[in-house]
Amino acid sequence: MRFGLPTFRGGTHPPEKKELAKDLVVEAFPIPGLLAVSLSQGIGAPSKPVVGVGDEVKRGQLIAEPGGFVSAALHAPTSGKVKSIGECPHPVGLRANGIFIEPDGADEWHPDAQQELSEEQVGALDAKEIIAKVGAAGIVGMGGAAFPTHVKLSPPPDKKVDTVILNGCECEPYLAADYRVMLDRPEDIVKGLKLLVKAVGAKRGIIGVEANKPDAHERLLREVRGVEGLSCKMVAVKYPQGAEKQLIKALLNREVPSGGLPMDAGALVQNVGTAVAVWEAVGLGRPLTERIVTVSGECVERPGNLLCRIGVSLGDLLAARGVRPGARRLISGGPMMGLAQWNVDIPVMKGTSGVLVLDEPAPPKGVACINCGRCVEGCPAHLMPNRLSVLGERERWEDMMPWNVLDCIECGVCTYQCPAKRPIVHWIKQGKSELRLLKMKAEAEKKKKEAPKGVPAE
Amino acid sequence: MSPEAKKNIANLPEKWLVTTSPHLRSPETVSQIMWTVVLALLPACVAGLVVFGWYAGLIMAIAVLSAMLSEAVVQRVLRRPMSVSDGSAAVTGLLLGCCLPAACSWYVPAVGSFVAIFVGKQVFGGLGRNYFNPALIGRAFLQFAFPGQMSMAKWKMLMRKPLLESLAGNIFNVGAGTPADAMSAATPLTTVQPPFPHEDMTSDITPLEAVGRSLHNTAENPWDVVRDLGLGNIPGCIGEVSKLALLLGGLILIANRYVNWRLPLAYIVTAVATVVLLPVKSGGDWYGLWAGQWNVVGQLAVIHVLSGGLFLGAFFMITDMVTSPTTSRGQVFYGIAAGVLVALIRVYGGYPEGVCYSILLVNAGRLLIEKCSVPRVFGTGLKKA
Repeated sequence: MRFGLPTFRGGTHPPEKKELAKDLVVEAFPIPGLLAVSLSQGIGAPSKPVVGVGDEVKRGQLIAEPGGFVSAALHAPTSGKVKSIGECPHPVGLRANGIFIEPDGADEWHPDAQQELSEEQVGALDAKEIIAKVGAAGIVGMGGAAFPTHVKLSPPPDKKVDTVILNGCECEPYLAADYRVMLDRPEDIVKGLKLLVKAVGAKRGIIGVEANKPDAHERLLREVRGVEGLSCKMVAVKYPQGAEKQLIKALLNREVPSGGLPMDAGALVQNVGTAVAVWEAVGLGRPLTERIVTVSGECVERPGNLLCRIGVSLGDLLAARGVRPGARRLISGGPMMGLAQWNVDIPVMKGTSGVLVLDEPAPPKGVACINCGRCVEGCPAHLMPNRLSVLGERERWEDMMPWNVLDCIECGVCTYQCPAKRPIVHWIKQGKSELRLLKMKAEAEKKKKEAPKGVPAE
Repeated sequence: MSPEAKKNIANLPEKWLVTTSPHLRSPETVSQIMWTVVLALLPACVAGLVVFGWYAGLIMAIAVLSAMLSEAVVQRVLRRPMSVSDGSAAVTGLLLGCCLPAACSWYVPAVGSFVAIFVGKQVFGGLGRNYFNPALIGRAFLQFAFPGQMSMAKWKMLMRKPLLESLAGNIFNVGAGTPADAMSAATPLTTVQPPFPHEDMTSDITPLEAVGRSLHNTAENPWDVVRDLGLGNIPGCIGEVSKLALLLGGLILIANRYVNWRLPLAYIVTAVATVVLLPVKSGGDWYGLWAGQWNVVGQLAVIHVLSGGLFLGAFFMITDMVTSPTTSRGQVFYGIAAGVLVALIRVYGGYPEGVCYSILLVNAGRLLIEKCSVPRVFGTGLKKA
């Protein structure tokens, strides 16, 4: 029914601003005098340190193990000494701890890391072994959410994943880290994709690239040509084309059921950067200790795509690349879904795709909704953000439920487009967390009622 | 942060601005939308000036100024934030001015705009909270308050006199009888209003001939009649006569995505289709479609599309963002409902024109229609695999 490139219904097209950084070759960022590896890298339980203050560590050495099922291992990003373990500022504003490492300058690998496997050895690995290696290397989703990859690769046995999708959309403005990876390392992306396909027992792997990166698409296409089950497809340039559910819709024409996960639609989505990390973990035996971060924005003097160690602080990056006067916002991630930062001591995490310094002023105070319908038209989840915003404004959280507030993916299209400048997605996020609290309260009360009355003390 | 970076870093703000995402906002604002609507209405206003003369300009100016003044005064009295500059009051005033007859007295737009702003908008809480189109509330009020003045749409004034003379002559003359520089003619919709036959529509002439006769007092080439209807060389309200100018304005709105093209299309098509479908008799016999008179059907359709306030209503009134549904599907339902109402009023009602009331009536059902057209939420209602 639709003409043109595959996509989903809704979305918007903010100014791409990719020109600031997309043509800049990846540079290795020099290791600064202090690294802070946060123990809360992403969703899930914080990791548990296995080193003590004063310990000498080598690059790639395990320094913290998973603290639960949904949690990731952490490795020393360089060689040096553990200076302290304590409170470390966190991008989400969590109270979290981190391991502070003073580099010794030698940047020596730990002997356990870097156990390269030959092609035959890699080919001989079975799914379980791949997943174990991915878990041991501490790999998380590198598109931003930082969900532990080995968990995503272990769906319950009743869920069959037939397709692995690699997300090369990078639909957020400014960011170019994935683009550079696709240009520079297409063969590693495809090697990683093969491993992912094998790990979940899928039939095929598809790489989805937005049409504004034709050169990246072409390079990947060359790599997958002739490989059975693998393909590379262009998708329409539109935000949020890189959102998991929207990408699945575009490429497979399947909808992830409300409240479900991609595996409920038989799909697994991974970022292209994650695929490279998976290849490095399995093929080269290297744990995840570095990533590419796009440092960009109107207020960065020398934007760039920097290959930097996990634990480099945002301040280190900004000091090296220069901040222009007039800076107002510091964003970790993209401008549409990224997190505003308040402190330059916050370290780069495994999921930090970009660091942006913007002069975008505070939005004007919103006025009453004029029913223009921009949000309804743009919502990729097909919600009615206008109704949700009016309910949120009045703090009628429970009334948001019948309007499917929990299906919101918080992409921010509604708020970006709103001519009345209403903070729609802010109210939705608040509504979701208020509803979560209400649910917890109700459950606690129910438990109290059901619990048998204690025997009165004599 | 490493100690060496601490020394080198410069130009950091004292405090970073921390908000929830998104950190970019589109440049579009409410006042930009409103002033663009004013701009899109200008072609129709200019056409009105050409057709009706300078006095029509005075009527529109009074309507706009009165609307903005009323907004300012009401907001001051109710201690609401002042928002006259956002252009929404100007839109309301100009729209009201467009649907007034050019020959009405100067106080008609003044009173109408006050009612539009106060009763139509501020009583509900201001822009975005009103249920009815404010300009149409003003117009509906004037229809009852000054029925004589509102029926002056049948006058057609020509720009024969210089500016000052025209203004002075009309201001002092209006209300006393025929406007100073006007010609009388029945509006095309009055001409084709059932029941047939009547004075203008005898059974031996086609609708276009009848309209042509009433416009020019001679039966002319039917294409000349269509041209006059399209360009606006006909009696009617100031801003509604030139369909070409309104279409141009409508295209500006559609190009800016302020109007979803489906809504005006659904409205116009439904209105005309229903007009020709409704059974009508002429002197005891079936007339038009029900008598298989295809010639009449075609002519009636053309006259109904190009007459009265249908274009003004379709592009500028029913599409008012505040009072129309937000969903695409809802807008189609909305246009269809209003189109049926227009046709019923035009064919069976007491007034020759029904655009104003048809839109006010569907305004009342807006939330209901929107609720019935909520899109299927992504990932819900899927077939169980």
